[in-house]
Amino acid sequence: MEFTRAEVCVTAASDTWRDAGEVLAHAVGTVPAAGARLARLTHSPDLVLSDGEAFLMSELPPLGQTAAAGGVIEAWLPYRRVFDVLQTGRRQSMMGASQLDRYGNQNISAIGDWRRPSRQLIGVRGAPGNTVNHRTDYWVPNHSTRVFVESVDVVSGVGNDRARTGGPAARRFHRLGVVVTDLAVLDYGPDGRLRIRSVHPGVTVRQVQECTGFPLDGTGAGETRAPTAEELRLIREVVDPGSLRSREVPG
Amino acid sequence: MSLEDFASAIEPGATVGIGGWGSRRKPMALVRALLRTDVTDLTVVSLGGPDVGLLCAAGKVRRLVYGFVSLDSIALDPHFRAARESGAVETAEYDEGMFVAGLRAAAQRLSFLPTRAGLGSDVLTMNPDLRTVSSPYDDEEYVAMPALRMDVALIHLNRADAAGNGQYLGPDPYFDDLYAMAADRCYLSCERIVPTGDLVRDAPVQSLLVSRMHVTGVVETPRGAHFTSCVPDYDRDEAFQREYAGAAKDPAAWRRFEESFLRGDEADYRAAVAGFHDAGGTGGAGIPGCAGRIGETDGPRGTRGIGERRG
Repeated sequence: MEFTRAEVCVTAASDTWRDAGEVLAHAVGTVPAAGARLARLTHSPDLVLSDGEAFLMSELPPLGQTAAAGGVIEAWLPYRRVFDVLQTGRRQSMMGASQLDRYGNQNISAIGDWRRPSRQLIGVRGAPGNTVNHRTDYWVPNHSTRVFVESVDVVSGVGNDRARTGGPAARRFHRLGVVVTDLAVLDYGPDGRLRIRSVHPGVTVRQVQECTGFPLDGTGAGETRAPTAEELRLIREVVDPGSLRSREVPG
Repeated sequence: MSLEDFASAIEPGATVGIGGWGSRRKPMALVRALLRTDVTDLTVVSLGGPDVGLLCAAGKVRRLVYGFVSLDSIALDPHFRAARESGAVETAEYDEGMFVAGLRAAAQRLSFLPTRAGLGSDVLTMNPDLRTVSSPYDDEEYVAMPALRMDVALIHLNRADAAGNGQYLGPDPYFDDLYAMAADRCYLSCERIVPTGDLVRDAPVQSLLVSRMHVTGVVETPRGAHFTSCVPDYDRDEAFQREYAGAAKDPAAWRRFEESFLRGDEADYRAAVAGFHDAGGTGGAGIPGCAGRIGETDGPRGTRGIGERRG
């Protein structure tokens, strides 16, 4: 069956919530949001999803819309409660990254010196708290040496090396999962460094390494699994009929 | 009280907390009233939106304490970005959860609250005054998030009575009650002042967010959160926000924006906004980058549309 790169990314994102249990799925970006919904419809029916505003939804409004557009509300989650929930650990995130280094340190705050950045980005937002409280995965729709850098300018999301040296409280609940990109799925080896777990169909290990600004172990890299026929149907007919995914990952 | 009375009560150098979240239920009429004063040297504490951008553009801010500054449907406020990139203001950038811990500490009159957020991250580097604290019970060590105590808090709600009992009718209280308790004085603006007995006539008692105990003055300001949202009374004025963000990127356009919308009083502002919409204001004036373009260094792609709108 034919499928697109975006659809491979959605199923790879979906797989990050496999076995997560009854936790709040926090998803930033189209592919992660579609992935969380697909996970809930397939392997992880207990997953808790929000409308991105103040409600948890047992049935969701269309992708990208809030409870005002329909669906079934099952609980109240105003902003203040998000921080309570994440500190209980019953949450799992997939966030974006403007920069990532080999240990999974993530930057979304600023480019250059934080005192006077050459480019102010969106700020650390919740990344420092997320990464020391529950599992965090990253989504990079443009795998390039610009994102995967030797060292990030501002550590927003905490990487494996920084968690190890940050004391017992920083380590205790720190858990980085995988990095899903438009080319590959990366995970972390025993040394805490990123490596290639799988390349998407049609992509080579060498291509991924060339688009990464630090050495990346490709030994043992497999091929990212293809979406099943049922997953494709759900993605196309239920989760994202407007194909917002193909705007994030063209082709 | 009147907007003028409110504005004259703010001293230069004050630490001012501003409620709401991003481009939502910001006390914009109070902010505009501050813009009309000669007060400067402020420390602004905010989960920021255009409140921060406007005060920075007007040169009123010496120090900015924030969890983020975003217009929601537009990732960054251009005035905030310019202030950061020119080094015009001192800043304290915190994780959002740390910021809330700081509000809670201030509201409880504690000097800090321990939190796991920030450990291992450059939040500790960017805020060299931050300290950690050892647990007296085990071998863990936490960030000691300092109280974000304020001289004055500004918040906007849907309804209030004349005594300062305030009510929100939308789905999210944000952190406005914490701001009120974390400040020595709190000024509350609202869409409508109603008799006390009317507050719970059609709304549950849980919608009463702040008590008069923590409110110094109340100002009735219809559309006082414009152009941010104040649901269910009104949504964000996206066209006007695009106009604001577009103008903020260009000095000449910004002078025209100030001339059109910020020179007069609040009634003049409302009239000018009505004129903008009557003229078919669609916003942006063809300036790229307002809503659509997403550059690689603009932040992670996708954070501004689909998915969660919080950290």
